[in-house]
Amino acid sequence: MPAAPTVEAMMLGKLDWSAIPFDQPIPLIAGGVVLAGILAVLIWVVVKGHLPYLWHEWITSVDHKRIGVMYILLASMMLLRGGSDAIMMRIQQAIAYQSQGYLPPEHYNQIFSAHGTIMIFFVAMPFVIGLMNLIVPLQLGVRDVAFPTLNSVGFWLTATGALLVNLSLVIGEFARTGWLAFPPLSELSYSPGVGVDYYAWSLQISGVGTLVAGINLVTTVLKLRTKGMNYLRMPMFCWTTLASNLLIVAAFPILTATLAMLLLDRYLGFHFFTNEAGGNVMMFMNLIWAWGHPEVYILVLPAFGIFSEVVSTFSGKALFGYRSMVLATMAICVISFMVWLHHFFTMGAGPDVNAIFGIASMIIAVPTGVKIYNWLFTMYGGRIRFATPMLWAVGFMVTFIIGGLTGVLVAVPPADFMLHNSMFLVAHFHNVIIGGVLFGAFAGFEYWFPKAFGFRLDERWGKLAFWFTFSGFYITFVPLYVAGMLGMTRRMQHYDVAEWRPWMIVAAIGMAVLSIGVICQIMQLVVSIRNREALRDRTGDPWDGRSLEWATSSPPPVFNFAFHPDVRGEDAYWDMKIAAQQQSLEHEEPEYHDIEMPRNSPTGFVCAFFATIMGFALIWHIWWLVILGSLGAFATFVVFAWRDHDEYVIPAAEVAAIDRVNLEERRNLVSMAGAI
Amino acid sequence: MSMTATVGRAHADPHHIGVVVEHPGPAPKRTVTAYGFWVFLLSDIVMFSCFFAAYAVLVSQTADGPKGSEIFEQRNVAIETVCLLLSSFTCGMASIAADVRNRFWFYLGMTVTCVLGLIFLAIEFREFADLVSRGYGPSRSAFLSAFFSLVGCHGLHVSAGVLWLLTMMAQVFAKGFRADVLRRMMCFALFWHALDIIWVGVFSVVYLLGSGV
Repeated sequence: MPAAPTVEAMMLGKLDWSAIPFDQPIPLIAGGVVLAGILAVLIWVVVKGHLPYLWHEWITSVDHKRIGVMYILLASMMLLRGGSDAIMMRIQQAIAYQSQGYLPPEHYNQIFSAHGTIMIFFVAMPFVIGLMNLIVPLQLGVRDVAFPTLNSVGFWLTATGALLVNLSLVIGEFARTGWLAFPPLSELSYSPGVGVDYYAWSLQISGVGTLVAGINLVTTVLKLRTKGMNYLRMPMFCWTTLASNLLIVAAFPILTATLAMLLLDRYLGFHFFTNEAGGNVMMFMNLIWAWGHPEVYILVLPAFGIFSEVVSTFSGKALFGYRSMVLATMAICVISFMVWLHHFFTMGAGPDVNAIFGIASMIIAVPTGVKIYNWLFTMYGGRIRFATPMLWAVGFMVTFIIGGLTGVLVAVPPADFMLHNSMFLVAHFHNVIIGGVLFGAFAGFEYWFPKAFGFRLDERWGKLAFWFTFSGFYITFVPLYVAGMLGMTRRMQHYDVAEWRPWMIVAAIGMAVLSIGVICQIMQLVVSIRNREALRDRTGDPWDGRSLEWATSSPPPVFNFAFHPDVRGEDAYWDMKIAAQQQSLEHEEPEYHDIEMPRNSPTGFVCAFFATIMGFALIWHIWWLVILGSLGAFATFVVFAWRDHDEYVIPAAEVAAIDRVNLEERRNLVSMAGAI
Repeated sequence: MSMTATVGRAHADPHHIGVVVEHPGPAPKRTVTAYGFWVFLLSDIVMFSCFFAAYAVLVSQTADGPKGSEIFEQRNVAIETVCLLLSSFTCGMASIAADVRNRFWFYLGMTVTCVLGLIFLAIEFREFADLVSRGYGPSRSAFLSAFFSLVGCHGLHVSAGVLWLLTMMAQVFAKGFRADVLRRMMCFALFWHALDIIWVGVFSVVYLLGSGV
């Protein structure tokens, strides 16, 4: 501590003009372009008078469907950011043979750290949480999640984390430590800058958001199901949502505690993970991976759920082996906590411990294999329609099996000693995360888009996007497997081995193909929005679906269902359709009632505003602002707790008017199907 | 829905044991709130377990600094424990008072809970300040880092609890025993009792085990 801090240091902490990288054109230009883009959108919104609409219908909305859409929007934006990082890295490694390339080491290190952090925490997480938010209450036949306002808080805190990570582009720097910030490298003595602080605080803040989402969804699945929706009648996606969110609740506090310890080391001179005074670096490894391995399954389980829905719908059959699927899901949920040590076999645990964790890691492949067979048997004998979501599902099965097999390979400790931290490992986890989570997210996006917006996506562009992404993935990552076999380690800013060069060039070409896939996806969105009238889905059931989300109109009314549906079996909506055909529809009008829905609330947005201020102030050691920010956050909650009316009533007549349209469309649909 | 289904492949009684339990539908709000808060408490306990684990790993890493037995004062810890356990009782009294809408006993129970919580915090603060002034602050050794973090994390929770308690009293004063206020009170009581359970862990693992070594 300095003896007498200057006024400037008290007011601004560590912040001064040197924080803005005037000498580095790439982040400055990138940041400038992003800022200009945000400003342009803001000005457009204000000038066109969309601000009240945005505020009332989206920003303060506590509707799970709106929040889900905002999560997915955030994830898509961040996918572009993380993807840009990936492109820069592939280009660097393609040209940095016996040269420095175009990215200096300290910049390159920030890019691979930011790429991993953003892709996991701000792309994969919000994408799957968004889809769960959007769909799970609909599939359960209920009107909202358990805690609607907290849901909004959770989303906005996630957005805060994303904002802070991107702020580091122009103010200060990001971590150069890799996406998990291993100490002692991430300790103050080796990383004195604000990079690790940006990393840790944005994850702490978004971690709170994720935990809130996890608690919310666990409670929703366990306590808010419609009449007759017994556990073993829930759609598979609800089961995987339950498993994934149980893992969030059990694993994310570990991340919070671990990062808290790292921050205590950095801010207050504690000795959890330092080299001095008895600190223990291996404790960080154990703690971070005790969170990190379950995190893998937090991401991939919802994707498994999406594929289950997609495969069953587009094969026109009930899911094969529903109960074994439930069992496999819950088995993965439990075993995922028993394999964390395979991330550091090489770090001296000894042969016995390594053997146990190696075997456990192989065992977890068994329930995953069960799932693969179930999907294949669901397709077997089915009438398969190869619409875009189904393409992603089939592409996933092929890709994920390869990724799973290389995973079982590195689960063998002696093999892992050869492949640890090599490009082979990089290829493996991209194989499972892109092939599993990202393909799943895209399948869910294509599958449920008509439900969220009331019109389908353009199939031609969708298929193009699939084929470019699919082939681009293989052209990019198969060379990385080979480079890993040739001994190339990960995170290299430049290299001198001639054998690696051709593979890096092929990978860069693959990255270009992948990028075309992303562009096709953007084009698909643009084209579909432009042709939305032609692509309009009035039935609410564009894919001949089987679960309850298809029983309501697209987009669903704010209350989702005029009546809580009465569920009598698996594939609840499918059964209803069959019954309706067999019995010729009842035409009498049901008796409608008033519906109470939670009122909108700016709590989430205001809370995130203060969290952003607090996070920024903590990163730059501006203590007075930290206090101000925390007071503001507390005040926000008190104001929220003080409000007198937290619900509003939708009168029965309005419910009736909305529901009549839906019922009419549905009758037409059923009678048309009956005629055929 | 107006359309009802009679065909379902999976019956509610899959093993044909003759007992059909149909799920009755969404649970009432009070149940949902309490359930969600329980899930939060479980996650909080997971976080504490990390600090417990870190303490267990680092307890012998004293870096030639003091061991636990040299700095722990059993008398203070005993007073702290009594305060917290008593406060759990008075918090329970306040909960009962809230359930029967008795303002006097509610305020009394909450006030005593608050005072006991503050006494606990004052003793803990004095213990910490005393250690720091003797040069045994958290940066002295890994053992002390883990000690200060684990005990301090519990102390922070108690401080947050006191803040929540005061807000709760103000809410009852301003809004009365409304349904949403009662739900919050229920969550507060769960929180306060959970902190007690964690303190039993801290007391046993840190102070009881530590003073023997």
